Amino acid sequence: MGAMFRSEEMVLCQLFVQPEAAYVSMYELGEAGIAQFRDLNPHVNDFQRRYVSEVRRCSEMERKLRWVAGELPEPPPPPKPERCSLSPREINILEERIDFIESEIQEITRNARNLKSDYLALIELRTLIEKMQTFFQDHSAQRKISASVQIYNNDAVLGHLGFISGVVTTARVPAFEKMLWRISHGNIFFKQAQIDEPLKDPITGHELQKTVFVVFFHGEQIKLRVKKVCHGFKATLYPCPATYKDQLDMLAGVGTRIKDLEMVLEQTENHRRLVLTNIARDISTWMVAVRKEKAIYHTLNMFSMDIVKKCLIAECWVPRKDLTAVQKALENGVKASGSPIPSILHYVPTNEIPPTFNRTNKFTRGFQNLIDSYGIASYREVNPALYTIITFPFLFAVMFGDVGHGIIMTAFAAILVIYEKRFLKIKTDNEIWNIFFGGRYIILLMGIFSIYTGLIYNDMFSKSLNIFGTSWRNVYEDGVLRNHTMLELDPKTAYTQTPYPFGLDPAWQFASNNIIFLNSFKMKLSIIFGVIHMAFGVTMSVVNFNFFRKPEMIFLQYIPQILFLLLLFWYLCLLMFMKWIMYSAVSEDPSLGTSCAPSVLIIFINMMLMKSSEDKPPCRAMMYAGQNEVQRTFLAIAFLCIPIMLFGKPIYKAFLAKKRKQYQQGVETGEVTEKEGHDGGLAEELITQCIHTIEYVLGAVSHTASYLRLWALSLAHAQLSAVLWQRVLVMGMGPPGVTSIKLYIIFAVWAFFTLAILVLMEGLSAFLHTLRLHWVEFMSKFYEGQGYAFAPFSFTDILENEEDDHKPVMETNGGPPE
Amino acid sequence: MACKFCGPKLSLCGLVLSVWGIIQLTLMGVFYYIRAVALLEDLPLDEHHHSMDSFITNVETGYTQNAYNCWIAALLYVITLVVSGHQFWMNNRSSVSM
Repeated sequence: MGAMFRSEEMVLCQLFVQPEAAYVSMYELGEAGIAQFRDLNPHVNDFQRRYVSEVRRCSEMERKLRWVAGELPEPPPPPKPERCSLSPREINILEERIDFIESEIQEITRNARNLKSDYLALIELRTLIEKMQTFFQDHSAQRKISASVQIYNNDAVLGHLGFISGVVTTARVPAFEKMLWRISHGNIFFKQAQIDEPLKDPITGHELQKTVFVVFFHGEQIKLRVKKVCHGFKATLYPCPATYKDQLDMLAGVGTRIKDLEMVLEQTENHRRLVLTNIARDISTWMVAVRKEKAIYHTLNMFSMDIVKKCLIAECWVPRKDLTAVQKALENGVKASGSPIPSILHYVPTNEIPPTFNRTNKFTRGFQNLIDSYGIASYREVNPALYTIITFPFLFAVMFGDVGHGIIMTAFAAILVIYEKRFLKIKTDNEIWNIFFGGRYIILLMGIFSIYTGLIYNDMFSKSLNIFGTSWRNVYEDGVLRNHTMLELDPKTAYTQTPYPFGLDPAWQFASNNIIFLNSFKMKLSIIFGVIHMAFGVTMSVVNFNFFRKPEMIFLQYIPQILFLLLLFWYLCLLMFMKWIMYSAVSEDPSLGTSCAPSVLIIFINMMLMKSSEDKPPCRAMMYAGQNEVQRTFLAIAFLCIPIMLFGKPIYKAFLAKKRKQYQQGVETGEVTEKEGHDGGLAEELITQCIHTIEYVLGAVSHTASYLRLWALSLAHAQLSAVLWQRVLVMGMGPPGVTSIKLYIIFAVWAFFTLAILVLMEGLSAFLHTLRLHWVEFMSKFYEGQGYAFAPFSFTDILENEEDDHKPVMETNGGPPE
Repeated sequence: MACKFCGPKLSLCGLVLSVWGIIQLTLMGVFYYIRAVALLEDLPLDEHHHSMDSFITNVETGYTQNAYNCWIAALLYVITLVVSGHQFWMNNRSSVSM
């Protein structure tokens, strides 16, 4: 109990652990996640630490595993839960196995790559020969060339026309042709044809556009030059026979070779898939084991050795409640290592500020996050998250009050909560989803509270529910009713004097002064809630003063602050209550009738300006006898509080310092006194106090006004939903028939806008305003937020973070390798 | 049976929308049928009436018409529910069999 009230007490512990026992102990601590270790050798380079080789070994294994995981055709199954640590021998076996797997897969990949480039070459050759046949056969103009080529090839001495054929990338063809033209001074014949179906690069898997070409030339000199150019343009040259018959023979040969290669390729692919599926089962489990291993050695690197190098010394922050768990982990480590020397844990008294640790569960985590994103609480400061659990959904619902929208929100959150175990298993990168899912309990409470405030406002998609029967009745005759479109209902006669039992009377839905009435009602509510909320915030500071042993601050800061707030602004609220109770349409006294009800705001302004107003018979200017005197007194006291806030603390401190000095002079002890507060003394103290006071006094005014956003957003929400109903949904109303289909469509449109604008957009804006009301108006009254978060050594945290880090990497090389 | 024309998201959207539509439109129909005053503003009424009786009959027919209108639209949403439910099921089954 009371775990949420303030952060937990932390202890700085020193651990003396035998190196043999350290590994198992650290494993257990990592599983439990209860200790935040401090780096005891911050000046030592990363490479000079004790367990560098182990960390490096683990990194290497991790890298290999990640590479193998990237080769897998589909993401591996999640790791099996394994609760026991690995012995050094098991680690060695694992390392060997990973090494073996990596080299095996690398070899398979290399072989497949070689085979594929062979395959590509053969395919190119086949297309080349096919195209060549057309080159040689087609046009009559080329017959001559063909003939002379044949002569040249058959009798090398006689003819001098040679040819080179090959394949080059399509993009390079124009430059290639031009170059050939230049070097041969136009004495060549160049023929090209694009390969229609794109080929695939064996290494990258990209598509390649290639073109077959053949160059006819005359003479050996040119042949050499042409070859050089081909080389320069990275063209692949293939020998191609000149006669048709040879070509056919070669084509047949190439065909059989292609078929053989295809078979081999298929077998390689199958083998590779087999190997990978075998690995896929275990890879995540290994990955987890390796990462844990790495984290343990990384933490062990933070430990220092004692002088004789016989044991490791660690320092860590531990919550006092978890000390026994730490002790147990140490004992287990000793037991596992079988060493006779026990590990020792002892507390170190320290002046350092410990980390802030709030133990949360799945319900409170969301609310704690809301507070922590403003600033981590100072150590053992009162924790606003506890109160936020109720005030946050409530203030939200004041702005979002609508039964219908509340039901939608509740249903959504309820689904998230009911199936949370199933959703937890699906880990996505979708940020919006993660935000909604992380805040599911906040959304659930916000939804439920919205239903409640919606019932109070009597709003359901802007329609009122007449559950108990309205308290207003018709007082007019038929004739009057027929001749008027609008009539006034006097509360004296038309109101039955028994209020509607719960919430707003549904009769107000039809009133033309609906908005005027609701505005005044909601504005007053906002101010009342605001002042209560702020007064509560100011009072929370008493808890802090008590806990941190500063009782004088209660008198010097809390009491003037709360007096200032209550005497001015709670008095305003009291006036509102008095106005609601005292004045009525049926009162006997005319001065307490409806026409004499005073404006609370004007009374309050007059009070601040110290103006007195005149009686206007039968009305009285003041609500009760002696009001003027009471108000003057309140005002005087409130303004007297300001100098106390301003000078109280600095004078007290100066007084204390003087007294201490006198005491020291009197006693003349040789003791070194505790460190003197920073110099600058009174002046600096005065300036800070001045800033604080101005902030509080002005804040009291502006923050009270700031709570009016409760009214403003609530008004906007109600009006928007009314407009949506009247302008959209009513379009589908009418006699049944075609209008039903119209209604069918219009309802979908209305539902879309209800979701998108009223629930999502308005919900988001109400959420942000609520957040502001908590961060600024509430927490500024007592919250320091100067702490730093407790970051324990925990496997679950480490594994989650690592996964986030490596996800993009997994995706890039996760594509199906060709 | 392989008439899958909605993706998983669209069929889920249809499912949610039709459940919402069925509940709300049926309830609205009921409220029109029992002449809920809050819904009076939504009736298509003329500004001027000759007599009280004509006004009342006007209002009564308006209420009844709107009630049936809502129920028919609700029925249309029942059809949508069946269709998108079938699609949703098809999608789920195909993803399982893969």
